[in-house]
Amino acid sequence: MARRAEPVGAAVGIGAAAVVAALILGALLAVFLRAEAGAGLGPADWAAVRFTVLQAALSAGVSVTLAVPVARALARRRFPGRRWLIALMGAPFILPVIVAVLGLLTVFGRGGWVSHLLGWAGLPPLQIYGLHGVVLAHVFFNLPLAVRLILQGWQEIPAERFRLAAQLGAGPREVRRLLEYPMLARVAPGALAVIFAICLTSFAVALTLGGGPKATTVELAIYQAFRFDFDLGRAAMLSVIQIVLTCAAALVAVRAARRDSPGGGLDRPIRRWDATGRGARVWDTGLIGLAALFLLLPLAAVVLRGAAGVVDLPGVVWLAALISVLVAAISTGLLLVLALPMAAAVAVGRRAGMEIAGLLGLAASPLVIGTGLFIVINPVADPFALALPVTALVNAVMALPFALRILVPRAVQVVERYGRLGASLDLRGWNFARIVLLPRMRAQIGFAAGLGAALSMGDLGVIALFADPEHATLPLQIYRLMGSYRMEAAAGAALLLLALSMGAFWALDRGGRWHAEA
Amino acid sequence: MLKLEGVVIRNGAFAVTADFEVADGAKVAVIGPSGAGKTTLIEGIAGFLAVERGRILWDGRDITAEPPGRRPVAMLFQDGNLFPHLTVAQNVGLGIRPDLKLDADQRARVARAIARVGLAGLEVRKPAELSGGQQSRAALARVLVQGRPLVLLDEPFAALGPALKAEMLDLVAGLVAETGATLMMVSHDPGDARRIADQVVLVAEGRAHPPQETTALLDAPPPVLQDYLGTA
Repeated sequence: MARRAEPVGAAVGIGAAAVVAALILGALLAVFLRAEAGAGLGPADWAAVRFTVLQAALSAGVSVTLAVPVARALARRRFPGRRWLIALMGAPFILPVIVAVLGLLTVFGRGGWVSHLLGWAGLPPLQIYGLHGVVLAHVFFNLPLAVRLILQGWQEIPAERFRLAAQLGAGPREVRRLLEYPMLARVAPGALAVIFAICLTSFAVALTLGGGPKATTVELAIYQAFRFDFDLGRAAMLSVIQIVLTCAAALVAVRAARRDSPGGGLDRPIRRWDATGRGARVWDTGLIGLAALFLLLPLAAVVLRGAAGVVDLPGVVWLAALISVLVAAISTGLLLVLALPMAAAVAVGRRAGMEIAGLLGLAASPLVIGTGLFIVINPVADPFALALPVTALVNAVMALPFALRILVPRAVQVVERYGRLGASLDLRGWNFARIVLLPRMRAQIGFAAGLGAALSMGDLGVIALFADPEHATLPLQIYRLMGSYRMEAAAGAALLLLALSMGAFWALDRGGRWHAEA
Repeated sequence: MLKLEGVVIRNGAFAVTADFEVADGAKVAVIGPSGAGKTTLIEGIAGFLAVERGRILWDGRDITAEPPGRRPVAMLFQDGNLFPHLTVAQNVGLGIRPDLKLDADQRARVARAIARVGLAGLEVRKPAELSGGQQSRAALARVLVQGRPLVLLDEPFAALGPALKAEMLDLVAGLVAETGATLMMVSHDPGDARRIADQVVLVAEGRAHPPQETTALLDAPPPVLQDYLGTA
């Protein structure tokens, strides 16, 4: 019987998936073994669990509630720059958390722009630290995500339905009842679950805007147990709690989230016949304007404030920037070395194993993996000396699920379309990968590498756990500058980090599409 | 010589049986109603579909288990015969070495083949910069350098206009005459068969019949072929 010849082998991909699974499961196992089960949970630990769940629920609820009217306004209005605004809604994904936090502090902080305005009106300034600051930052990051998810739901209502509704003389209220509420009932739970799961593992936001016994997430508690008390047993115990939380949330999110196809056709405005009244137009315009302001003001604040600080940045900042670029480069390389063979393996039909490895990445949080790796490395080597390689590795593993979602569909398509032609020319294995698969995936590889590089560049997670005073990545250095109240230097460094992250994303994404054939 | 010994080729729930020989240097058209299994037969011979029963022999050698690229076969599909990101010369070069590491002699062979199909000067173009006819010529240049003794065509010119298609068929006939290769080509147009094929394999109702002389078969078609041709 003739073998159904496959153009590329799955062995390397299976190996990569095994490495990822071994890394994550090994770290989790180390955490479980080290956890001091007998110690139980103290009141502070329970407070951290309660705060984690509370802030994640609030963040998800507020983000989705606000996103519904904004998405509706975007779905039914056409205006210059609409496309651009929707593209901008994708930007927070690769925006370094520490940069956004600095921007939010500048706008909403005690000495910020809004507080100044309040001061003129004789009102007390805003307090940003604590629960509402954490929720504010999470809404800043996740409102755009929620808008995109819900807007997609709107765009997926067939245009014929709106036409039919208009033909039947349905007004805004009837359109809502007939078309929009059923769609929201389908889309909103998924958006809520995804944002809830994202916010559960929040570390950098809680580190910068939370803190104190009242506003500590489990991730932050792990960090504190680790760095301040050097109580590995307690850090491991807290990690186990975090694993239980994230696994439960990830299960719910995977169930609730619909099959989402990011990006596709979001810039297509639907022709509608309802909501043409003056009131609805003003309302929509106002909402879109407010949402754009909420997103753009903090970024503008970073640019304005940073422009002053960037001219005389301290030498440590430049060193940290160099380290960050290096870590991001290594992390991106690792990401591609893991993701590309896995995508190829999926393309030749080995889907199951790859998906399990991808899901593991979603279920594990960076600080839990970091704690586990520390426990594993500690007996054999100095973990602090390995801070940068470990950061690069963990960043790559964390970006893996996203990279796979970008690379797999294209790899499947290329193998489907060119696998037979390749086979008829005896073009197999590495030759097929080198001559056909990789060149045809260039645009997707560039996009995935851009995301990986930007995420790694802006990451403030594992590095906080492992870093010694001499070695810092740029986000950590900014955090240290903020901690010592050198806000001008911090703002300048944040502008530099923003430029590096966005620049890396732009260059890699653009490089992938440069002179690429359709 | 190609020999199909009690072959059953399965494509999902559908299967085609074949038991016949094709003489060296023969030019065979494979015709029959759509859905009868023409492509299934060709893909089975090329190695893209598993042979469920029986054996495929080439010059007495069993090639039933050989992967497609190792068979004595050069094949053109209905579409997608060129890689869009490679130049004409690279696409043709793949027919000599799948790793594209060509020496000077091999590069000269590529250039000669490209000139032979009438594309001299277009070596560095990419497929998107060629017309449909030129793309077909480039694919035929690769078939030429592959130098395989059995050429299988699964209607690669179906998208071309009638005049251009006739031109390509004449080019194919010229190329196989030069190399002495055996040709099997799927067609739904009896005119194609009359134009270049000296024999016809009729595929109908899941069975590929042994080759018959073209003019004799088409002039006195059996009932199943009459139904297809609409001459009943």
